[in-house]
Amino acid sequence: MATGLNPSYFVALSAALFCIGLYGAISRKNAIAVLVSIELMLTAVNINLVAFNKFLTPEAFIGQIFAIFVITVAAAEVGLGLAIVIAIYRNRKSVDLDDFDWMKW
Amino acid sequence: MSFDFSLLTTELAMFVLGLTTFVLGLVVPSGSRRGLGSFAVLGLLLVLGITVVNRSHQGELLNGMYLVDGYAAFFKILFLMAAILVIFGSFRYVDQHVGNHFEYYSTVIFATLGMIVMASAGDFITLYLGMELMTISFIILVAFRFIEGKSLEAGIKYLLLAAMSSAVTLYGLSLVYGATGTIIIGQVAQAVAGGGASPLLIVGLTMLVAGLGFKVAAVPFHMWSPDVYEGAPTPVTSFLAVGSKAASFAVLLRLFIGGLAELHGQWAMLVAVLAALSMLIGNLVAIPQTNIKRMLAYSSIAQAGYILVGLVAATEAGIKGVMFYAFLYVFATVGAFTVVAAVYNKIHSDEIADYAGLVQRAPLAATVMLVCLLSMAGIPPLAGFVGKFYLFKTVVEGYMWLVYLGLIMSMVSVYYYLRVVLVMFRDDPKDPSPIELGSATTLTLFIALVTTIVLGIYPGPLAEVANMAAQSFFLH
Repeated sequence: MATGLNPSYFVALSAALFCIGLYGAISRKNAIAVLVSIELMLTAVNINLVAFNKFLTPEAFIGQIFAIFVITVAAAEVGLGLAIVIAIYRNRKSVDLDDFDWMKW
Repeated sequence: MSFDFSLLTTELAMFVLGLTTFVLGLVVPSGSRRGLGSFAVLGLLLVLGITVVNRSHQGELLNGMYLVDGYAAFFKILFLMAAILVIFGSFRYVDQHVGNHFEYYSTVIFATLGMIVMASAGDFITLYLGMELMTISFIILVAFRFIEGKSLEAGIKYLLLAAMSSAVTLYGLSLVYGATGTIIIGQVAQAVAGGGASPLLIVGLTMLVAGLGFKVAAVPFHMWSPDVYEGAPTPVTSFLAVGSKAASFAVLLRLFIGGLAELHGQWAMLVAVLAALSMLIGNLVAIPQTNIKRMLAYSSIAQAGYILVGLVAATEAGIKGVMFYAFLYVFATVGAFTVVAAVYNKIHSDEIADYAGLVQRAPLAATVMLVCLLSMAGIPPLAGFVGKFYLFKTVVEGYMWLVYLGLIMSMVSVYYYLRVVLVMFRDDPKDPSPIELGSATTLTLFIALVTTIVLGIYPGPLAEVANMAAQSFFLH
């Protein structure tokens, strides 16, 4: 099935998305925004996995199965993250990472 | 395809134990939950026995996705021992400072299960799942004292940085999959041997070093560890320092020596620089610390640097060195942190200055602390000396500068370790009342003390076991 698509497009897209996510995770000060940025990084991973699956091993679903696992685990991780954010908001009335300075950061 | 479940005995037993502990916690009235810890220790001892008896029952599952070999068995025994010592040594600390939450023990067991899966991982999905099971359990444990702000703060810092490092590791894994077309580590090795180094593979490799460097707390990916070590409950810190680190090293060796050995020329220098930086920064920044948990955190960064030396060598001797060091590191670290937890129970402080005159208040605790710290510094005849000898011996040819740096930095580390010893032995206590340890803690400290000394004087048997385990590594 010739679609005219080239794997390098997908790799470029995922690299761009990963860099945006990484930049966001490093520069944002709001804990929720950092969690969202990390989700972007994981989405970049999933694009990579599914694209490589299509172009490299179309007869086996390795990459797609991997992507499903990544999505599932990421959901668990974010669930835990939001729980901790709520607990720390009750304690500190803030979700700003700059306020979490009881210890030297 | 037949599936031999008997190879998974350890994993299934751990899973059942974790669930049973959890359900028991739900059923038992909150007044009698203290028994849960003893139940968990007994269960772990049983699983440890099963693992030791089954250690020579080896094989592969699902075309090499799950490897049950001597290498995995060695690490499984190590994780189980660490879990037992950590739980057994700190019943009182958990009662007083973590609170009466029944989830604590089952979460520790699930974290151990995650490490066990990591040690056996033969493909990227298993590796990722084991790593996340361990990491997510540890995030819960770090944030467990949620009444206290410090613990929560450590929890959120650990969560964000661990999630970021997982994403980086995953991106590296996806690139390696893209470059080789397979996720099974054994087949990756064949594909790399046939295809050579593509740019995709090199970028993937670098990301794997960064992501896993985070997990073992190697400089420059170490920023999380002092805060998390300080804020987490002390038994959790201890388990994080030994278990999480050893499991990440098990995976690092499997990936880099098992899968990417052909590219040794590309990554050896990178890892050597990480090792050198970890030794340098870890030891130098430990000097001005005043909190003992922070000091031990920086010292454990330095230890990660020493262990990385074994990865640089990428030989059977290097693997053996890593395994030997990881084993003795368990006893030295758990011993030191158990003392910290026991002292905190009485004086509610982790400041080094408050350890003044500890030898008069709790002679056994002070002695164990002395022996464990000297072992970490690598003073003969203690175990740490033999471990460092095995590690650095492997890189004498080719990376002599690393050996010199390791030697100099070990001498630097003696300075800050002895500072604690001086405070404990020379200074007079402000409050001379004795610190009671409790029988379980005493026994744990005694085990740590004896093992550290015996392994130093008589390292032969363990070295032989590590040697055989390292040989099984190359059979796939």
